[in-house]
Amino acid sequence: MQHKQISQNLNVVSLISVGKHPQSGRERRAEQDGRAVELGMNLASDNLTVLHAGDPQQQALRSYAGMGLKSIRVLQLDSAADAVAPLGNYLQQHGPDIVLTGIRAESGESSGMVPYQLAEQLGWPLVPRIADIVDVKDGVAEVLQALPRGQRRALKVRLPFVASVDNAAQEARQSAYGPASRALMDLQAVESATDDVRAAWEEAPARKRPKRLKVVKAKTAAERFKAATAKSQGDGGKVMKNEPAAEQAQAIFDLLIEEGVLR
Amino acid sequence: MIFEWLHPLLIAAALALAVIGAVRRISLWRAGQPAEQSISLIAGLLTIPKRYFHDLHDIVERDKYMAKTHVAAGGGFVLSAVLIIVVHLFGIESKILAWGLLAALALMFVGGLMVAKRRQNPPSRISKGPWMRLPKSLLSFAGAFFVLTLPAAGVLPEGTGGWILTIVLTALIIWGMGEMFFGMTWGGPMKHAFAGALHLAFHRRQERFGGGRSTGLKPVDLGQDILGVSKPTDFKWNQLLGFDACVQCGRCEAMCPAFAAGQPLNPKKLIQDMVVGLAGGTDANYAGSPYPGKDVGSAKGGPTQIITEGLVDPETLWSCTTCRACVEECPMMIEHVDAIVDMRRFLTMEKGNTPNKGAEVLDNIIATDNPNGYAPASRTNWAADQNLAVMKDVKEADVLFWVSDGAFDMRSQRILRSFVKLLKAANVDFAVLGDEELDSGDVARRLGDDAAFQSLAKRNIEIMSQYKFKRIVTTDPHAYHCLRNEYADFGGDLFKNVEVLHHTTFLNELVQQGKLKLDTFSGGTVTYHDPCYLGRYNGEYEAPRELLRSLGIEVAEMERSGFRSRCCGGGGGAPITDIPGERRIADMRMEDVNTTGAELVAVGCQQCTAMLEGVVEPRPEVKDIAEILADQLIEEVH
Repeated sequence: MQHKQISQNLNVVSLISVGKHPQSGRERRAEQDGRAVELGMNLASDNLTVLHAGDPQQQALRSYAGMGLKSIRVLQLDSAADAVAPLGNYLQQHGPDIVLTGIRAESGESSGMVPYQLAEQLGWPLVPRIADIVDVKDGVAEVLQALPRGQRRALKVRLPFVASVDNAAQEARQSAYGPASRALMDLQAVESATDDVRAAWEEAPARKRPKRLKVVKAKTAAERFKAATAKSQGDGGKVMKNEPAAEQAQAIFDLLIEEGVLR
Repeated sequence: MIFEWLHPLLIAAALALAVIGAVRRISLWRAGQPAEQSISLIAGLLTIPKRYFHDLHDIVERDKYMAKTHVAAGGGFVLSAVLIIVVHLFGIESKILAWGLLAALALMFVGGLMVAKRRQNPPSRISKGPWMRLPKSLLSFAGAFFVLTLPAAGVLPEGTGGWILTIVLTALIIWGMGEMFFGMTWGGPMKHAFAGALHLAFHRRQERFGGGRSTGLKPVDLGQDILGVSKPTDFKWNQLLGFDACVQCGRCEAMCPAFAAGQPLNPKKLIQDMVVGLAGGTDANYAGSPYPGKDVGSAKGGPTQIITEGLVDPETLWSCTTCRACVEECPMMIEHVDAIVDMRRFLTMEKGNTPNKGAEVLDNIIATDNPNGYAPASRTNWAADQNLAVMKDVKEADVLFWVSDGAFDMRSQRILRSFVKLLKAANVDFAVLGDEELDSGDVARRLGDDAAFQSLAKRNIEIMSQYKFKRIVTTDPHAYHCLRNEYADFGGDLFKNVEVLHHTTFLNELVQQGKLKLDTFSGGTVTYHDPCYLGRYNGEYEAPRELLRSLGIEVAEMERSGFRSRCCGGGGGAPITDIPGERRIADMRMEDVNTTGAELVAVGCQQCTAMLEGVVEPRPEVKDIAEILADQLIEEVH
């Protein structure tokens, strides 16, 4: 993907976690986090901080380093500790422009809720499932959000913000053994609290859920093609573009009450 | 003759310049890394004559005309050079020496004529340019010194000739010595004699001389600052010496499957580019065939410049199938494949730049111990109905059957099943490692990821060390090569008492011992395709043919068979890096098959089977020898 030369000195932080290979269960570079690093490297090669909270000895971190990173900053945490607070404090202190994460965890709690909780703690906007950051100008980023079936939504987001990176983003570059083994693990001791909630959880491999039987309604090839490619039309909802802001806000408010989000 | 003092002075000057050139050239080589195996200077130099007459000449001999030419020109020159120094430089007056010199020069002159004849209509594989003037240089050297020696031999009275003869002779001598003495160390065509002789002495694979074989890649020290070869000085010094030995005969080019397929690789050009790199400069003076599809003249390099940035396109390196046809054919015993893999190591382990599916395959190998990312726990699924003994349970067996990654591939599984059927019929006590077996690391290593290879090798060795067995037998020549020739660097003890065999060798033994009863084959004409990793890498040409003969098959040999077998295109990770060319190597091999009129190609490798079966029909059937045997097996009914 060709990026415009982004003139500003952007400060980008890519959060990385320990992935897990679906077939072997072996620790590895997580797919989406790898993409977050790739995007970070393309946006701000020199001003990219790759950040991990956890065990600095973890070998999977080396496979991120193999993408050509000189160092990885590691907030040293106990395996039972909650990573969100130390990460939030770190980001608060360093004040980056963009924080990139994956969408879904491959092991433990790594991604999943982290971007949401960080955004909440920092009070920054969160952009979920981005495919690319096209440009950053005057403190506003042009972001492409990935939608189902290859569709993209162009958004303008004011810096700073947190974004989770979708599988539609550019694939992580190859990890090379030499740089991987030479990269510096830049340790930082942090205070952390034990994650009591997680201690009570039980972890089990995900099971495939039974699939609903597919009833083919399409009669012709054209219909099947349409079914496979057309944008899924959600029922209900409406697009409000030209109405006054108060009316738009009221509609959102009504919906939240209707859905039981606000009581 | 007038100016009696002039010619000794010229000879002395040429020799002095040659010595200066030699020192300079040697310092270029010595800029490389120290060799793994150190060879003392004297002992090395003493090996040269024997190695020239046996090892080198045996290869030159494949081209009878050129062998005779070289003996006449080269032998004549060496003798002449020694006697010229004695007779003309030191001025020792002896009729016998003078006559000896005349004879040597005459021999060299004949050699020169033969070179001239070869160069009248030169085949495309040989380089032109400066090489085209070589016959003239040989003739002027031999001719001029012949006339100059006539007075010393008493044929002509001293002082014969006038001004004109002296000037003509002097000019020819300067030309001749310029080529033969000065050019030898300053980079003319005769450089091959100087570097070639030393290359014989200090070759990186000493085991190759005296009929030996050394084909395993050398391990990388993973603690180094730079892994693999990034610039010419990262090569071992004797590799650089080897590059300089090239005579540009182009036998490698004629054999290279990638070159024939129009992929951007020409082994001869690659070696010449390495010479450009070690000496610094451009390839503008190169006068041979280019890399297909690439122009000559724009490549630039220097001893400390990154090779893949301006000198050699990475695509060139990734086109190689590591079939070793070039190495087998090279009269100067240059190791092209070592150099290519060394540079690939840099691209993969430092740059993270393995093309196409390379990165994915390497990731899979690291994460799942097989190149396609299948669940490691499904490795033995193919044998669900085979009731195989697993080492974990039995701990001990006569034979360890190394299944290889063919376990995951449905076509290869047919070969595995056939082999198991034969083993059972012969009542062999064998077991498999089951899910404990890992990929042999062949692909990872050829793709330049020696770290992944070493990790696999060490873990495989650790697993095998837990069990007792006398032999390892495998149907995959690539795994066979790794186990037999490359694993010993990582766990010597295991392989001291264990023999590694290819299944054709092992089956042949069973048939010779009468343990397998086989019916005669009656399916038409059969040809046999020698897999590179079985033949050239391990020297096994006979067992597969003997097996076929035992079925009553008379193999209809292809023109390129045995040590000259053409690659199927499947080695060295080439199907993974998939560099585009004009043709597919497998298609060309199938054309070779078609010229024999065979209806069946017998193969001894699952990779070759896959490649040859990938050729569009109609084409002859492709079967592994194990499959052919299993079909002819007479099973006893109890």
